[in-house]
Order: sequence, then C-alpha cells, then structure tokens
Amino acid sequence: MAWAKQLLRVDLTKGTCTNEALNMEWAQSYLGQRGLATKYYVEECDPKVDALSLDNKMIMATGPLTGTCASTAGRYSVITKGALTGAIACSNSGGFFGNEMKNAGYDMIIFEGASKSPVYLMIENDSAQLLDASEYWGQTVWDTEEGIKDKHGDAQIRVASIGVAGEQGVKFACIVNDMDRAAGRSGVGTVMGSKNLKAVAIRGTKGVAVNDPGAFIAAANAGKAVLAENAVTGQGLPAFGTQVLMNVINETGSLPTHNHRDVQFDGANNISAEAMAEPRASDGKPNLVTNAACFGCTIACGRVSTIDREHYTVKDRPEYQKASGGLEYEAAWALGAATGIDDLDALTFANFICNEQGIDPISFGATVGAAMEMFEDGVITDKDTGGIDLKFGNAQALTELAELTGRGEGFGAEIGLGSKLLCEKHGKPELSMSVKGQEFPAYDSRGIQGMGLTYATSNRGACHLRSYTVASEVLGIPEKTDPLETDGKAGLVKAFQDATAAFDSAGLCIFTSFAWTLDDVAPQLDAACDGEWTTDKLLEVGERIWNLERKYNMDAGFTGKDDNLPARLLKDAAKTGPAEGKTCGLDKMLPEYYEVRGWTPDGVPSNETLDRLAL
Amino acid sequence: MIIRIKLYASLGQHLPSGAVKNEADLDLDEGATPVDAFSRLNVPLEQCHLVLINGLFVPPAERPTRALVAGDHLAAWPPVAGG
Ligand code: SF4
Repeated sequence: MAWAKQLLRVDLTKGTCTNEALNMEWAQSYLGQRGLATKYYVEECDPKVDALSLDNKMIMATGPLTGTCASTAGRYSVITKGALTGAIACSNSGGFFGNEMKNAGYDMIIFEGASKSPVYLMIENDSAQLLDASEYWGQTVWDTEEGIKDKHGDAQIRVASIGVAGEQGVKFACIVNDMDRAAGRSGVGTVMGSKNLKAVAIRGTKGVAVNDPGAFIAAANAGKAVLAENAVTGQGLPAFGTQVLMNVINETGSLPTHNHRDVQFDGANNISAEAMAEPRASDGKPNLVTNAACFGCTIACGRVSTIDREHYTVKDRPEYQKASGGLEYEAAWALGAATGIDDLDALTFANFICNEQGIDPISFGATVGAAMEMFEDGVITDKDTGGIDLKFGNAQALTELAELTGRGEGFGAEIGLGSKLLCEKHGKPELSMSVKGQEFPAYDSRGIQGMGLTYATSNRGACHLRSYTVASEVLGIPEKTDPLETDGKAGLVKAFQDATAAFDSAGLCIFTSFAWTLDDVAPQLDAACDGEWTTDKLLEVGERIWNLERKYNMDAGFTGKDDNLPARLLKDAAKTGPAEGKTCGLDKMLPEYYEVRGWTPDGVPSNETLDRLAL
Repeated sequence: MIIRIKLYASLGQHLPSGAVKNEADLDLDEGATPVDAFSRLNVPLEQCHLVLINGLFVPPAERPTRALVAGDHLAAWPPVAGG
C-alpha cells in the first residue's frame, strides 16, 4: 500500500479520462513520483519527440509517501520532455496539490495529445472530467485558481495551473499550485500550455492507506524527531529560510553576479534574509511577514512577504500590496545578483509576477542578466528592447520585463526564449549561462567546484536540485569538503545524485536531507509500502533512475559533449574572493565521474552498468 | 589590530553598536583568535556553526588557535541551510 495503485490517463485529443491500474512491478524498481513517472514516460514517449508536439506526454506524479503523515509528504512532480531543454524534465513542487491528488486516489495522471480548445481537468475523488476553460484562458494563475474554486463553490479544491506565459509559449513557463508553489524548471508549463490544458483542479478525501499503520506512525514520528532536533531543519530553515544563503554564498565568493562576470555582489546584503527582516522606513514593518509550510511539513522554510506600499511597483496597485509567497534564495539571486539589482521590493514584486503568471524566476532572472550583458556590450540596443534601458542594476527594467515576459509581450517575448536561444539569436551563444539550455541556479562553480560537475551532468540541464553538493562543500552537511578542490567530487556528486533521486521518488521534500539520510527514509517506506525497503535498495533505485534519465537523454540526441559548462566558467578566472584566480576544473572531475558511474569514457552507460541496474 | 567582524542571522544581535549591514570593525589584540573575537561580543560559541575567515572555512578545532591578522574578515552564522 501507500501507493493508490491507480493512475488516470487523460487523452486530451479525444477528451477522455480513463482509470488504469498502476504497474506495481515497476513501482518496486522505480518507487514513485520522479522514478516511476520517468519509467512510464520513457516507455511511452519516443525520445526524439518534439516537446511541444501532440506526441509528447506530460505526467503529474506523487510518491508513495505523498499524502501520508510523514513530514513534508505533500510533494508531486511533473515529468515530460522540457520545452526549455529538450531533455527529460522533472519539476517538483510542494504546497498541497500533491496531497490532494493522492487523496483522490491517484498516484499519477498521464496527459496525452492536446485539446482543440482550452480545458481544465476537474477531479473529485472518482469523478474526473475535462471542462471548458475558455473563461480562464488569458487569465493569471492567481485568477484561475480563485475562479475555479469560486465556480465549484469549494475553497478546499487544490489547483495547479499555468499563467499567460504558459499559453504564450514562454520557454520557461512553470506550473503553479496553491498560488505560489511551482513545478518550476525546464518549461513544464510550456508543455502544459501546448496541450491547451489550463489547470488541474482536485478535491480528494479518500485518505491514504499504509501497510503497517503502527510501524509507520512510529517511523514517521522518529523522522520528525530527527528534523526537530537538527539545528538546521529545526531552527535555521524555519527562522531564516533559504534566503540566509545570500550572504553565505557571497562571502565564499560563489555568488554569480552580472551574468557570471563576477562572483561577489556588493548589494548582496540588501537582498538577503537579514534585509527581509529589517523594519522599513515607511511603515516600520519588515518585508518578511511570516514563514510557511507545505502540506505535512514540520520544517516550514517558506517565506511570506509584502512590498513597501510606497514602492514604485505597487504604489497605485493595491492588488500587489497584500502578502504573498517569497522571496526564496534562488529567486532572489536570479532576480538580484544575476542582474546586479539590490532593490529588495523590486525583486519581491518581480517574484510575485513570476508566481502570478507562472514563470520560473531562475531562468527569467538569468536570461535578463544575459540580455543586460548584451545590452551593455551594444549587441542589443533600446530598439530591440522597446526602449527599456537594460543596464545591469536597473530595477525598473527588471520589473517591467517580468510583466512583459509573463504576458509574452514585447521584449518579454524575447526574454521568454530563455538565454540560450536569445544569445544565439544575437550571435553571442557564449553569454548564455546554461547547460543543456537551462540556466544556472545561484552557485558559481569556480568557488564551489562540485557544483560544476553537478551542473554539467544534471539530466535536466543546469540545476542545484539534482545534487546539492553545496551542503557538503559550504555548509558541512553531512561532512565538510573543500569547495575549491576537485578531488573526490566525482564520488560526492554521484552519491548526492543517487540519494536525491530516491528522496524525489518517495514523495518527500529534499530539504529533509539536511537532517535525514536514506537511513531515516527507509523505515518510513518499509512500514508504509509493499515490498522491502532498505537503504541499499533505495540507493540502487536512485542509481537506476539516474541511469534511466541519462539513457533517455542519450536516445534523445544528447552526448557526453553536452556534459559541459560555458567557457566563461572554464576559462575566465574568478576575480575576487576565495576562488580568485580559479576556474572550474570540470576536466579533472568528469572522467572520474564517468568511471564511478560505470560509464564509458564518452559518458555512455556501459552494458554492464545497465545490466546491473536491470535497465 | 582592526579586523572586520560579520555576524548573520540570529548572531546579528551581538554586533557592536554602529554596525552597518551586519558588519563592524573590531579592535583586537595581536594574535587574537576567532574565539577571542566572538567572546568579546558575547556571541555564544556553540551557535557559531559556520565560521569563515576571508571566505574560507575555519574548522571548529582551529577556532580557538588560529591567529587573525589585521584586515581579516571574520564571518559567522548559526546552523543554516537553503537551496
Ligand atoms: S521544507 Fe520548505 S519547501 Fe520543503 S516541504 Fe517544508 S516548507 Fe515546503
């Protein structure tokens, strides 16, 4: 048990919704959520499929623990081919939507084809139907979510929807649930928009059964005790949120600034957790209102904030004066340091717009940073930008572009291409700070070497959530390694990648791994699920998932040559800070990584490795 | 000698008056260590989880012995994480 053992197949072309039994043999090998949905996706979709074609499928999937009383067990993921990357995409979201899907009796929903006109999927336990969404098409995420709840007269309905960006084909559109939680990366919202699917709305009240309730509650409580007693998950994350990293990463000389031209940002403190807690001059209140938790989470790292009512972005717009989600560290970095902007209220506003219109703030901010560099170099001019003075540090340019990109209008439509296509279009591909088409998150790999290998080998393009070696290299979790060293990073990255794949497939939040290892997860799964779930089995499942994703990408046309970084990180040394004079030593780490993975020197999983993992 | 002390998150409350943006100058005896600097400001040592000198990690064992030099930037955080 723990799995609902049922999936919903939605044929958008035919307009049908059909229940199917979950393949429980696959569940034993791929667990759930990221792993199991990737297995379904790979079995059903041609790797060469165009991400925005009728033949691409999109899967929303929960894990076996989703909807149980394990801490953080409210997660779900969206698996498809990414519109931004053309690689396997798997974007994970918190909030309450995943729990609702599981409680309606579904482990996953597979969407195929495309509807001729806008629709939304409405699920109320056993009843699933596609309904006309023309009244919501052209509406924001926030209006769509409220509109659907109003229409059905039930505030308990949970909604995941796209904004106008997803409708307009912005390449890094995301799917937003519960107003401000997002399956954020790789353009999964763009795929949803291409299917004319505006929203998925769910009300589920069935409950989630587990195999051995007594043992499960004991294991879940033991896990919660570990989180509560750990200083990071028990105190640090709830009190300061992820944003506390802004000054940490700046101090270590690893805060990518001005499109990675620099590694430290003078304005970092102005956009940090410390600044969010500072009372402002106008009303004496801080930007930060409170912390917040996703379903069942005992950590509660989320931030809820307000913008100064006197700030230019909201002075005449009361609808943006209320409290909303953010800023989290990754968004604050991309909207701020990457663009050289240290106006906290402007970043908070841009982040609100990203949530409202469903765009990934990391790719958006990083793409604006790349455009700013091209503007300052004279590659693009104010004729291209529609008169926007796109200099580094210009907050008005950022907030105007957030609104334009959110609607896919004007120069915002160009930003919506993502940095790779935008920079290529203007003959400057080297200025796109991306891997496999996806923009970097908030760590410079000249100062945190393991992150260079993480980015280069990430199956979904540059990403910190595939192997967060920052935990070890900077924060000392589980043990401290030297961020400036390349030695030993191949094994470290592999270990993080495999363990993360297992966490992501269980239905849990990866932030639990600041306190938990798989030794804490295994007893919870073992008590809840059919089969025997040990740490060793989870590690094997994680490695299997990693190799399955890798194999799919290779079949889609990626090669070892795509395990690379922009020349800037490999050739231009960091100018300041502890990494001054250093580049990323990817060439030292990558061959060893292929070896520890059991791949050929070209980065292809060997037959022995595939056989060992039963792939 | 003058060093720059930077205290973040909950440690910020121990900054000397006149600190700006979590930073202040601190006058210490020659050869003073990170522990001397924290003790001067009544920063609870058990709360100093992440300690950096000029951005480089100082392991707990070296915090009572490592001599600071004039102009060093000494930064500290309580247990924190993000992502
Ligand atoms: S730790 Fe943060 S992101 Fe993870 S489930 Fe809890 S509140 Fe959500």
